[in-house]
Amino acid sequence: MRPGMVSRLSLGGARVAWLLSLPALVIFVAVVIIPLAMTALLSFHDWGQYKGIEPVLILKNWREVLTDPYFREMFARTFRIASLVTLITALLGAPEAYILNRMRSPWRGIFLLVILGPLLISVVARTLGWALLFGGNSGVANQALMHLGLIQGPLPFMFTEIGVVVALSHVLLPFLVLAVWAALQRIDVQVENAATSLGAGHLTVLRRIVLPQAMPGVLSGAIIVFALAASAFATPAIIGGRRLKVAATLAYDEFLNTLNWPLGAAVAVLLLLALVAVILGCNALIERRYAEAFR
Amino acid sequence: MPFLELDNLTKRFGGDQPAVEGLSLVVDRGEFVTLLGPSGCGKTTTLQMIAGFVDVTSGTIRLEGRDLLAVKPARRGLGIVFQSYALFPHMTAGENVAFGLEMQGVGRAERDERVRGALALVGLAGLAERYPRRMSGGQQQRVALARALVIRPRILLLDEPLSNLDAKLREDMQIELRQIQRTLGTTTILVTHDQAEAMALSDRVVVMNRGRVEQIATPQEAYERPASPFVASFLGKTNELEGRVSLGVVSIATGTWTKPSAEDGRAMVVVRPEKIALTPPAPDRLTGTVRMRVFQGNHWLYRIETAAGAMLVIRQNSGEPGPAEGETVGLSWRAEDMVVRRRREDPA
Repeated sequence: MRPGMVSRLSLGGARVAWLLSLPALVIFVAVVIIPLAMTALLSFHDWGQYKGIEPVLILKNWREVLTDPYFREMFARTFRIASLVTLITALLGAPEAYILNRMRSPWRGIFLLVILGPLLISVVARTLGWALLFGGNSGVANQALMHLGLIQGPLPFMFTEIGVVVALSHVLLPFLVLAVWAALQRIDVQVENAATSLGAGHLTVLRRIVLPQAMPGVLSGAIIVFALAASAFATPAIIGGRRLKVAATLAYDEFLNTLNWPLGAAVAVLLLLALVAVILGCNALIERRYAEAFR
Repeated sequence: MPFLELDNLTKRFGGDQPAVEGLSLVVDRGEFVTLLGPSGCGKTTTLQMIAGFVDVTSGTIRLEGRDLLAVKPARRGLGIVFQSYALFPHMTAGENVAFGLEMQGVGRAERDERVRGALALVGLAGLAERYPRRMSGGQQQRVALARALVIRPRILLLDEPLSNLDAKLREDMQIELRQIQRTLGTTTILVTHDQAEAMALSDRVVVMNRGRVEQIATPQEAYERPASPFVASFLGKTNELEGRVSLGVVSIATGTWTKPSAEDGRAMVVVRPEKIALTPPAPDRLTGTVRMRVFQGNHWLYRIETAAGAMLVIRQNSGEPGPAEGETVGLSWRAEDMVVRRRREDPA
């Protein structure tokens, strides 16, 4: 082959690659980039009860969102809930994935289905299940517990942070289990035997050998859960309702109830920026910590 | 007192065919014993029973007279090198080697000293800080060996440790492994399917087939006097011929040999290809036509068509040109170089 042909071929290859990814690129720009840019632009517009949206560029909304303690409380609550949910799913999901990975062949498939099955059901339906169980005096679980005399009144679940955390943890647990399971599957089974033969007990093997190798999976699962929990809408809307707002339900209310679109846009963009910052930060941390051993 | 004693060891995984059946073996202190056989012969299962990773169905294992099966795997004090090396990927080579000492509660200073010594022993001095991912297969293999040796194991168990290395490296490692084992005097049990490796390394080989022991002998003995046709065919190249024995004379087609110990009747004769000499054809000799010859550097491999069937002959490369393809040659060997076994009559 002549030397010139290589570059011409690869040049043609690059053009073909661009051409082939064009449809996806067009859709991505049309439905993600443009609306995002418009939302960002919207957050700088002015709004009044009687004048509606005014297409000017001011920092009013941003100043309000960043300084008003009301918004600060909303964002603090959002990230508090997301952090708690991440912690709970990690504590429950990592052992769950480990047990799942140790199961024998028919049971492993069955329990994997049990864990992933809920993903096939709408988030709304799963959250409403919690509302049916603990929704005030008529909640099934509350009634049963009251009949048994274990509690005096209904458990405070609806419109509480605990309620939102519990329901969100339930909804998001499969994502963490999947991420950890993928990491565990890459571990050579003989590695645990090797540690045992060197005198390590069960707990030592778990702590010193399995956990460090599963950690990248736990962390990537945690990032997914954190992002989904912080931006979740359906579950906080149903369990928390109007009384316990988080960033996502707040933005929704500003858009559809107050009709203050620019303020809602500022909330939405701030949530996005905060999430991106958290995720990129965590990712950089993981990369630095594990690059040496895990490529 | 025997050092390690396997007595009537049996493992059944369910199913009719046991993975290991009635295996008995006595290993002396400092001995290098190899479990040799094709895949699925039960050699790895045997090793894992000694290590404690697989439960024993029946039989006993004693180490220095004490029941090893009553000891938890973590307390058996055995060094194991796995086929996949099973290094801890999140630890450096040094941390990998130090792990066993840490578990034994060896103090920091002594630990560092012994880790350095073990890495030097396997030729990896200076690579303690490196992670396994950034090492070659051969280097990883050495780390695994150092990790197993540094705890001063009572027995070193090697599970196909060289099978993932390329041919050249494998030969180097064989020599090195044998040297290290001789220096330290560690009792070693190797599992392999590679007969050349088994013969190069071991004091004794245990040839296994379908869960049973076929022969326990020194490599030379198993090669020269195989206890069964399976051992003969598994160790090196071999020729199996049909013959007939009458009054101590073995005849194969036109060739005859005097062997008083042979029983009369139809017989199977086994003879190694390198024991056969190519001669000019003669009436009382087994003769054949050279069908193919392959040059292999230090020797020629001949495929010769005889009246008794196709035969393999290995002829040392002496520099002289040997018989060419198409030539008729005579084949001769000494009577003591062949194993004559009575042929079982066909049931039909």
